[in-house]
Parts: sequence; C-alpha cells; structure tokens
Amino acid sequence: MAKYQLNVNGERREVSVDPSTPLLWVLREDLKMTGTKFGCGVSACGACTVHVAGVATRSCVLPVALLGERPVVTIEAMANDPVGRAVQDAWVERDVVQCGYCQSGQIMSAVALLKQTPKPSDVNIDESLGGNLCRCATYVRIREAVHLAAQKLK
Amino acid sequence: MTNSKTKVEGLSSTSRRGFLRATATAAGGLLVSLYLNKHTTAQEGVKPSQLPPPPKKDFPPDAFVRVTPDNKVVIQVNRLEFGQGVHTALPLILADELDADWSQVVAELAPAADVYKDPLFGIQMVGGSGSIAHSFQQYRELGAKTRAMLVAAAAARWNVAPDKCRTEASVVRGPAGQSLKYGELAAEAARQPVPATVRLKEPSEFKLIGKQVKRLDSRAKCDGSLKFGLDLDLPGMLVAVVARPPVFGAKVKSFDDGEARKVEGVREVFEIPVTRGGTGVAVVADKYWTAKRARDLLRIEWDETSVAREDSTKLFEQYRQLARTAGLSAAARGDAKAIERVAPADLFVAEYEFPYLSHSPMEPLNTTVRFDGDAAEVWAGSQFQTFDHAAVAEVLSLKPERVTFHTEMAGGGFGRRAVPDSHVQREAASIAKRFKGTPVKLVWSREDDVRGGYYRPMHVHRVEIGVGPDGLPNAWRHVVVGQSILADTPFAMMMKDGVDSSTVEGVNDTHYWVPNFAVSVHHPKVNVPVLWWRSVGHTHSAFVMETLIEELAMRAKVDPLAYRRRLIKPEPEAKKLLAALDLMDEKSAAWRNSLPKGHAVGFACHESFGTGVACAAEVSIRNNRPWIHRVTVAVNCGLAVNPLTVESQFQAGVSFGLSQLMAGGRVTLKDGRVEQRNFDRYVPPYMPDAPVTVDVHIVPSAEAPTGCGEPPVPVLSPAVVNALSKLTGKRYRTLPLVEV
Ligand code: FES
Ligand code: FES
Repeated sequence: MAKYQLNVNGERREVSVDPSTPLLWVLREDLKMTGTKFGCGVSACGACTVHVAGVATRSCVLPVALLGERPVVTIEAMANDPVGRAVQDAWVERDVVQCGYCQSGQIMSAVALLKQTPKPSDVNIDESLGGNLCRCATYVRIREAVHLAAQKLK
Repeated sequence: MTNSKTKVEGLSSTSRRGFLRATATAAGGLLVSLYLNKHTTAQEGVKPSQLPPPPKKDFPPDAFVRVTPDNKVVIQVNRLEFGQGVHTALPLILADELDADWSQVVAELAPAADVYKDPLFGIQMVGGSGSIAHSFQQYRELGAKTRAMLVAAAAARWNVAPDKCRTEASVVRGPAGQSLKYGELAAEAARQPVPATVRLKEPSEFKLIGKQVKRLDSRAKCDGSLKFGLDLDLPGMLVAVVARPPVFGAKVKSFDDGEARKVEGVREVFEIPVTRGGTGVAVVADKYWTAKRARDLLRIEWDETSVAREDSTKLFEQYRQLARTAGLSAAARGDAKAIERVAPADLFVAEYEFPYLSHSPMEPLNTTVRFDGDAAEVWAGSQFQTFDHAAVAEVLSLKPERVTFHTEMAGGGFGRRAVPDSHVQREAASIAKRFKGTPVKLVWSREDDVRGGYYRPMHVHRVEIGVGPDGLPNAWRHVVVGQSILADTPFAMMMKDGVDSSTVEGVNDTHYWVPNFAVSVHHPKVNVPVLWWRSVGHTHSAFVMETLIEELAMRAKVDPLAYRRRLIKPEPEAKKLLAALDLMDEKSAAWRNSLPKGHAVGFACHESFGTGVACAAEVSIRNNRPWIHRVTVAVNCGLAVNPLTVESQFQAGVSFGLSQLMAGGRVTLKDGRVEQRNFDRYVPPYMPDAPVTVDVHIVPSAEAPTGCGEPPVPVLSPAVVNALSKLTGKRYRTLPLVEV
C-alpha cells in the first residue's frame, strides 16, 4: 500500500492503495465515483475514459502510481463544464442512450474532441470516438449528438 | 413467439390471473396493487370484506402504481431495463390511460415477485421481444382503473356523476369548473372499489402512446449518476472473482493459494461449484483490484479427464458432414423427393458456416448477494428474475419468500442475462453463503465473459435449391446443424419431436413460398454452453435466406425487390413484411438510383417476433472492409407505442447485427479452450464499422404492438453482403467476414 494525493475534479483526494491499482478502480472503489465504467480493463472499449491533464485517457490501464501531479476530470464534473454540459444536453435532446453503460466514456471522448476541434468532421468523430465501444451500437445518434453539441457551442 | 393480431381497442378484459386492489399509503397516497389468486378467476369487484388484509408496508412489492400526496405517479416496471426502453415505454402506456402529468411520472424497476411475471410467458423475464407486446394491455388497464378510482373520489367529493368529470395532466375537473389534483385525491381514491371493467381510450385519444417520448433515464445515464448493478456499493461489501476451469465442466484437482492470500485485502479463497458440473476457485477481497490481483497469483491444477475438449475446426468438419444427411424434420410440404429430380443445370447448392458469438454486454456480468442466515437479499440485472431468484434461494436453502431480489439497471444483455441455469447467481450465492451478514459482489471480468460460454451456437446450413423455368425455386431442401438452446433447460418442453424451433426459425416459417420444401435439423451435443443471442435463430437464418434470395434473383436476372414480391406468398401473414418492403422501396428509391461510382446497394427483408423489417444498405469498400454509408429501414411493428424508441432501437440494433460481419466477430475453441479473451480479439462493431446514417420509417398501423428489440438485428448483415457481392462478384457464406 502507498499513499497518493490526487486532484480529481478540482478537489484534493488522498488514497492509500497498491501502486498497481489503475486509476479506474481508485475512482470507482476508493473514491466511490462510479460514473466512470469498467468495460474491458485492457484499453479496448473506452468505457473508463477520463481526462488526465485535459487528455482523454483510458483509466483502466493507468496505474495510480504513474499519475503524478496531473489533474483528473471525470464524468461527474461534466455538468459544470460548459462543453460537458452542452454535450450532455445534446445527448439528452437526441435521446442517444440505450443501456447507457458506455455513455460516460463516449461523452468524455466527445468533450475532449470538441475542446480541441470545435467543428469536428465525421472523420474527426470517427478518430476520436472510434475506440469507444457501444455494444448497443448507438453510433448514429452519438454522431448526430456530437454535431449538435458543436453547433450549440458556436 | 406469439404474433397477436388483435386491434388496439375496446374494453379491458377481466384479469385472468388476479385482481387489483387499492390501498392508502401511510403518507396519504394511493397504491394500486395486483393480487394473484391461483384458484379463482375474475375476482375483481369482490366486496372489501373478502379481500386479503391490506399490505402493512407503505410500499409492498406487489404495487404497480403509487400516487403520492405531492402528485407524483410512481410506476413499477415489471421487467429489466437494459437499453430497450421499457423503463419509459411501460410507464408511458400506463400514464396515458391514467391521464397523468408525464413530467411527474417516476419509473422504478420492480423486484422479483409473482405479480410481475410476464402475462403470457408466466415468468418474470425479458425475451422474445415481448415486453410491449405482452404488457401493453396490462399497463393500459392499470392506468385506466387507477384513473377511474381517482375520478370516483372526486365525483364523490363534489357530489356529481363520475362521467361528468374529465381528467388531464393529473388533475380531475368537475362540471362546475372544480378541479383537484390526483395527489389531493389519492387517499380518498384508495377507498373506492376497483372497477371490474373500464373503458380504454380510443387510439385517437392517446396523448403519449404513438408520440415521440424521450427516455426517462437519459440524464442519469449522461452524468454518471445512474447506478448499474456493478456500481452497487453497500456498507462492508466484499468483492469476489472466480478462477474458472479452462475447459467447460473441468474440476479443480488442487490449488495453491499461498501467494494469493498474501495480497493485502484478501479475505478468503475457496472452491465453489461452477457451470456444467465444474468447479472453480473463488477469491474474496475488499475490492475488485485486490481480488483480481490475488486470482492472478493462484496456482491451480485442473482435472480435465472427464470432459470433452472441443475444437472449432473439427466441429465444423463434423457439422458439414451432418449437413449432408437428413435431420429431424422441421418443415415439409409438397414432394420431398422433388429436389432429387432436378437437372444439374438447375440445381443450386450453398453451404454456410457461422461461428460461436459472445454477447459481451457492455457491463460485465455481476450479482451481489447478502446471506443473513434465515433470509437473503440479491441485487442483479436479471432478464430472468423468476429463475435467478429461485436459484439463489435453492443454493442458500431458503424459501423463495425469504429472498428479496432487486432488479438492477443493466448495461446491455442481449440474452446473456436470461440464463435458464442462473449460473452467475448460483456462483454469487455459493460465495455469499460463507460470509453471513456481509454483502458480496461477484464480478466477471471481460475475460471471464468472453471465455465463459453461453454463446450464440455455431451453425452450418446446407441448402439445395431446384430453380424452375421461371427463375423461381420450385424445390428447396435445407439442413441446419446447430446445438439446441432449449434442450436440457426448463424450456425443453417447447421442443417438438426433438426439434428446437429457435435453430430453424426464419427458415421453416419463411414467407417465401416454394412448392416442394423441406427443412430438417441436427442438434449435436457439444461441450460448450449456448444461449439465445439477440434475435436468436434469425441471426443466421435471415443471413442464409436473404443472401440466397438475392443470389437467385441475380441468376434469374430479375430485380431483387420484384423477385422477393413474386416469391412472398400472398397470405395475410405476409402482409406485415410486404408493407415494410414496399415502404423501404419507396424511401430508398431516390438514393439507390443515384449511387456514386464504387458504391452498391444490397437489400434484405425478414420478419421476426411478429415484426416485419426491410432494409437497403449503401456500401463501398475501404481497407478491405465494407464501408456502410447509409441504411434505410422500414419497420412494421403494429402500433408504435414510442416511435422515438422504435427509431433508436432500429438505428442501433441493425448495427448490433453487424457483430457477425466483423473480422474478429467469432469465438473459437482449440483443445477445449476459448481462443479469444477480450475485445482485442473478439471485436464487436465500433463507430467506423457502423453505418454513417440510418433512416427508419414506420409503417402506420393500428394493430397490436409487436417487438422492436430483436427484429432490427437480422437484416443488415445480409444486406451489406448482398451489396458487397455486387461490388466484388464474390459470395460470402462463411462468417465472420475476414476480408471482402
Ligand atoms: S475499461 Fe478501459 S478501455 Fe475498456
Ligand atoms: S448504450 Fe449500451 S453500450 Fe452504449
């Protein structure tokens, strides 16, 4: 066990965990923030996507020991982020979700994309969200909602 | 599956299975519950003195509707929500008849209880795309009767005739302009008798049914606040993982847990029974990561001596051999020998191969159990509450009524949470039994899931077709080889003469009419657990039928849609499919007739679970893969209760069906071991694999609603492959599609 100081959604949090523990499980089990989801554990589905120093990151393969000082932002903070809120609103307006399990990750990837590329093309969307598996395959509506959020953020 | 043709209309029927009962809640609300009576029918309208005592708790597990004093309407959803939208659709049906204010409606997933059983299937479950088809009438009646009691209460207060009162948005209005909110009437309504029959709305009066109603669970699924079963966190909860045998049914010979137990946070390591008579080693720890790390350190020796070690390559060889022999008859009409007299030039033979497929719902499998000695509590995203509930009770040696079973929101399922042997819940109960008073959450990792069996069975189809001078088939002999899903389950009684219809559905009941037609089936026994995978037999049967039909059309040099119309039998049963075909034809005509160079269109139409579907796909080739630019789908599902959900189910469901076209869309076995582990090698469709746009068109209909969960799945794979064949001239009869 080792102690780690984390900056999650702007707050200082301290955890005492095994150094190998992925950020995903620190968030879910130690900090009880279950909005970030476990889908595969091998960086193959994107359900666990969070922002680490602003970059969309698969938290299931990032050991907490390697996080360092970098701030972490999760789905729980999106309602208070202007881009995050616009994306969530677009998702609700387009009735995107089905089972919803992948959608935290989809939204985190979409927000990261829109912060970098405010007017994304379909190719940009494929590139940024192409690794986010939606087993319900809600891709058509995800794509529409990303475009809608981009429009609203103009 | 049932295909009800009744029209949406009329008076409510008296419930055959029980009667409704209204009670007041402690807080002054109205509660409408269903009471089951196993011996008598038509108990509605009995005098209050004959009724069972009112439930003591404020919110008994048999309540369907609760109207609270603050004007909320809380509706119990009698089945699992795992994406299909039933958590919105059933409440909206009830709320429409109740004239409830939709913004005040709260939906809850009901726990396991007899009253929540599917009115047709007789068990509490989601399957066969039956949620709306079977509970439509039930939820309408519940809404209408609750409304009638609220109106009666208002009428009594104003001393007017009930039929002089109107309702809208959770308010009763009287003839002299009086008005009372439902919440204000709830306590009085609870003292009104439940009407035996009630007038249901005419379709023209619907305010929610048939309108685009957004999901109730969207926001919580977008801000991370919705709790799925895996997110459950109870005080003192432990987490368990299980090391399962590398071959189905193998047993632990010995294990060394020395290293595993050294991991800080590990509580216990012990052997438990797992599926198919096998055993495994459970590791219980304070957290998932702890348990997983400890499991990786276990050294287990397995006894595989008494179990078959299957091999996909060998199985396919075996299946191909079997397909050359006649199996058990699943359909026969005309002259069975006609096919043997077909001249070689007119004979057309095709063989198809389909691998095992994993459902791999996005939320890994899990179940939490707390055993309290004389009672237990379970939390599970279950498609089969009735079975899973009974299984936990059995493992814990408890009476089912001592086990409270909560239905948790689930991250997908596609059939994987409808397991007749409840193996996940049995594992969870076996583990929790050792930790009296402590909740234990069993988690399956993705690897556990991909390797864990319960797959869509592998299949071989062999089809011999005699083509007549008109280019239409006049003799058709079809052999299907595949494990039975129903055999050795409580559903085995649904098999007829040894035939599992879920293996041949979509072939034996095809709407295409061939005068001399024979379908037979072989059900080999294989040491791999199999299960229904969203749309079940239609996943492979539609692929076979729709690629063959398009090939026959090309051979006959007839337009593929015209060819289908000629071959679909002119019978009332085919009307739904034909209407879908016509609508798809109309809606896709413009883009089909102006395809860019290098693009082709492919078609498919198929009926499953009473819903007719037709689709056209525009495809080109990119990186040796199909690139699906556009899909037009037409749907005939009777009355579309929530057209927005229908659209969304079809837009996404067609792409779920692409799972079987993905290069990595297969599970294979070697030496009894599953070769894939995770999404790196068992690869479902991602965004670039899915169509860029899907436009969905619904055939207007006032017929009783049929399902929309499974019917989207079968159509897109054959349509895409039909388009590819036009581009490459090749035929694709072995899935997955490794290259084009
Ligand atoms: S859980 Fe991290 S990518 Fe799948
Ligand atoms: S909505 Fe179910 S996995 Fe994406």
